[in-house]
Amino acid sequence: MHIPDGYLSPATCGIFGAVMIPIWTVASKAVKKTLNVRQVPFLAIGAAFSFVIMMFNVPIPGGSTGHAVGGVLVAILIGPWAACIAVTVALVIQALLFGDGGITAIGANCFNMAFVLPFAGYYVYTLISSGSPSGSGRRVIAAGAGAYAGICVAALCAGIEFGLQPLLYHTANGQALYCPYGLNVAVPAMVVGHLLVFGWVEVIVTALAVKYLQKQDAVFFEGGRS
Amino acid sequence: MTLTGKLWIGIGALIVLSPLGLILPDQFKAGSAWGEWGGEEIQKMTGYIPRGFQRLSELWKAPLPDYAFQGWEGKDLFHLSFAYIISAFFGIAIIAGVALLVGKVLLKEHE
Repeated sequence: MHIPDGYLSPATCGIFGAVMIPIWTVASKAVKKTLNVRQVPFLAIGAAFSFVIMMFNVPIPGGSTGHAVGGVLVAILIGPWAACIAVTVALVIQALLFGDGGITAIGANCFNMAFVLPFAGYYVYTLISSGSPSGSGRRVIAAGAGAYAGICVAALCAGIEFGLQPLLYHTANGQALYCPYGLNVAVPAMVVGHLLVFGWVEVIVTALAVKYLQKQDAVFFEGGRS
Repeated sequence: MTLTGKLWIGIGALIVLSPLGLILPDQFKAGSAWGEWGGEEIQKMTGYIPRGFQRLSELWKAPLPDYAFQGWEGKDLFHLSFAYIISAFFGIAIIAGVALLVGKVLLKEHE
C-alpha cells in the first residue's frame, strides 16, 4: 500500500500533504493533552512494531504481495492520535531510508495508513467492544474486526488515489502521465487483495497481540485510557 | 521483566524473522505489490512508461533501497536476507529514537 514516487501527480501529492498538515497538528495537540510518561515508550514500540510488521510481505501465490500495517493495534493501545504519529514516523523513515513509498507520496501514504487506517479501525473496535470487560473475548473480536475494517478502508483510499490519476492526467492521445490504471482496475486490485488475504494478516496479528496484552496489562483496555 | 522489555524482545524476534517477508513471496512466485512496479514492469504491462512517472520515479535515491544495500539487486536470497535484517535493525533504531524524541517533546510541552 506504499504508493511510490511517480504514481501520483504533483498536485495530488500536494493536496494530501496539505490535508495531513492539520491532521498532524491536531494529533500532536491531542497527544500533548493526554500523554503521560508511561506511554512514551509505547509510542516508540508502536512505531517500531508498525515498521517491522510491514516488512513481512505476504504472497498471493503467482500474484502480488501485501502486508499488515499494525496501525489499528497501535490505535487500540495508545489511542488513534498517538497511533497517527507513530505510523507517520515509520512511514517517513521507510520513504527516506529504504525508498518504500515515495517521498512525494508521503502525504498520501500517511493519509491512508497513519490516518484512515488507525481511525477507521479504532472506531469499529470501540463500537464493538464498548461496555465489555477489559479481559473479555468480545474485545479480541472487536480488535480483529477493527483491524480488518481499518486496513480494507485504507486500501480503498489508496485504490481511489491510484485510479483517479489516468482520469485526471493523460496526454492528448490518452496515455496516462502517472498511474496507468483507472478506478475500474485500481480499486478492485487494492480492495480485493486486502479483503481476501492481507486484511486477515492484520486481523490475526491484532487479535493475537490484544489477547496477549489482556493477560499482561489489562490497563490498556480499561476505558478512558488513550 | 517489565512489559516494555518483553515487547522489545518481541520486536527483536520479528527483526530476526523478517526475511520471511522476502523468502515467502519468492517461494510462491509472487511479484511486486500492486502499484509498486518499476518503469520496466509498467512498460511490459501497458506498452509504455508514463511520462510523468518517468520524471518523478527517480527523484529520490534511498540509501538502503528496498531494505538492501545499494547495488545488491541481483544478490541471492541469503545475502538479501542478511541485508533485510540489518535494515530492520537500523530502521527500528532510528524510528524508536525519533518516536521517543517526539514523545519527550510532546510530554515537555504538556507539563
